[in-house]
Amino acid sequence: MLTLLEHIGRYFLMLQKTFGKFTKGKILQKLIFQEVDDLILRSLGIVSFISFFVGGVVAIQTAINTDNPLIPQYLVGFATRQSIILEFAPTFISVIMAGKVGSFITSSIGTMRVTEQIDALEVMGVNTYNYLIFPKIIAMTLYPFIIMISMTLGVFGGYIACITGGFASHAAFIEGLQLDFIPYHLTYAFIKTFLFAMLLATIPSYHGYFMKGGALGVGKASTTSFVWTSVAIIVMNSVVTNILLT
Amino acid sequence: MIEINQLSKSFEEVKILDKISTQFEKGKTNLIIGQSGSGKTVFLKCLLGLFTPEEGEISFNGQPLSEMNDNARSSLRQDMGMVFQGSALFDSMTVEENVMFPMQMFTNVATDEIRDRANFAIKRVNLINANNKLPSEISGGMKKRVAIARAIVMNPNYLFCDEPNSGLDPKTAILIDNLIQEITKEYEITTVINTHDMNSVMEIGEKIVFLEHGKKEWEGTNKEIFKTDNQAVSNFVYSSELFKKVRKVYLDENS
Repeated sequence: MLTLLEHIGRYFLMLQKTFGKFTKGKILQKLIFQEVDDLILRSLGIVSFISFFVGGVVAIQTAINTDNPLIPQYLVGFATRQSIILEFAPTFISVIMAGKVGSFITSSIGTMRVTEQIDALEVMGVNTYNYLIFPKIIAMTLYPFIIMISMTLGVFGGYIACITGGFASHAAFIEGLQLDFIPYHLTYAFIKTFLFAMLLATIPSYHGYFMKGGALGVGKASTTSFVWTSVAIIVMNSVVTNILLT
Repeated sequence: MIEINQLSKSFEEVKILDKISTQFEKGKTNLIIGQSGSGKTVFLKCLLGLFTPEEGEISFNGQPLSEMNDNARSSLRQDMGMVFQGSALFDSMTVEENVMFPMQMFTNVATDEIRDRANFAIKRVNLINANNKLPSEISGGMKKRVAIARAIVMNPNYLFCDEPNSGLDPKTAILIDNLIQEITKEYEITTVINTHDMNSVMEIGEKIVFLEHGKKEWEGTNKEIFKTDNQAVSNFVYSSELFKKVRKVYLDENS
């Protein structure tokens, strides 16, 4: 049985080989566009939906839990902004994406393993690591745009919930949004988003590439991949927050 | 020509291949036969370079595989075609794109010429009106034909087939066998087929290597296999009543 250290070692060897012999540029370009479509564009719908409604719920929860005349109304806007920019959009959307994008990556590579398509590529002399994983890494460099949209829609959802529910006035919510804004928080959020994107592209690829067994194995690999990607995101979040914000 | 000398391979201390020596000649259909678990697939994967043997040597046209650097191995792989048991066609590509893929990957030929050559290969395997279909839209026999077309599009010197008849009806299986043999002769390819289809053994086995428990138990031609007194081969090849009768008729006619 492979120990955790062996898995980590094999993961880094996989990364090294991913940047080894490169696939022909024209083919790589086509693969990257395909991955941008599969991993980024096709995630926009679910991310937008979740962000808008969770943003709304964050605002409502803040409002009803700070229902005290001594607490200013603008606090709702402030708390919504901070929650969404610092944690909800970068971290929790990434955990959700570990399920959506991660499962897609693991099952697509795993199915290629089961149906011997990876063996077919290797027999042809293709660097399968580069062919399969590199385009996903490049596509996921666009992941911060998804998080940017998530932040925008999350705050907008909070605003709509506040106004329609009568929890705060337009002016108070906007005042809260602008209060004590620290631009560095955005930098922090996007640095960790980029790191999560790399985890989202590579950990599921590892589980798909090295999966064993048949169709059942693909299912198991997808589940394991989701668990480990989520764990890695949470650990990375903790480490990065300690480094960048303390 | 492929020469194999004292090839051994183990997995987790279990010996899968034990000192196998043989050679596969150019322009011939060479068959590896044996029961499930006899080491046929591991043997084939060692020839393809997907597994590294612990002992022994494999040479392609006199060039030992172990002495080849990465570039030489890469060139060799482009000189190999492989037909996998499940065809291993790329799901997201059409039939034509599957066949064009190796040329797009490894040559700088213009797309139109690549398409012409792919279509030539597709016609050669007698596939009609399937160019724009996805692998999920065609039958098992058609998939095998596409896999063969993809394997020969680069004009390889070596063609490997892992159970090319599995899952096919007897008529289609014979057609696929004949197609592989025709292509082997036409392009002077060294073809190695891993099979346990006895029809293939009788029909196209110009050289047969029989493996048992990872060892080479017997080798010969499809004519010699009728006359062999090797008990292990007889038990395997003539396990059905039908083939026992076929053998009897053959021996009576040739006695």
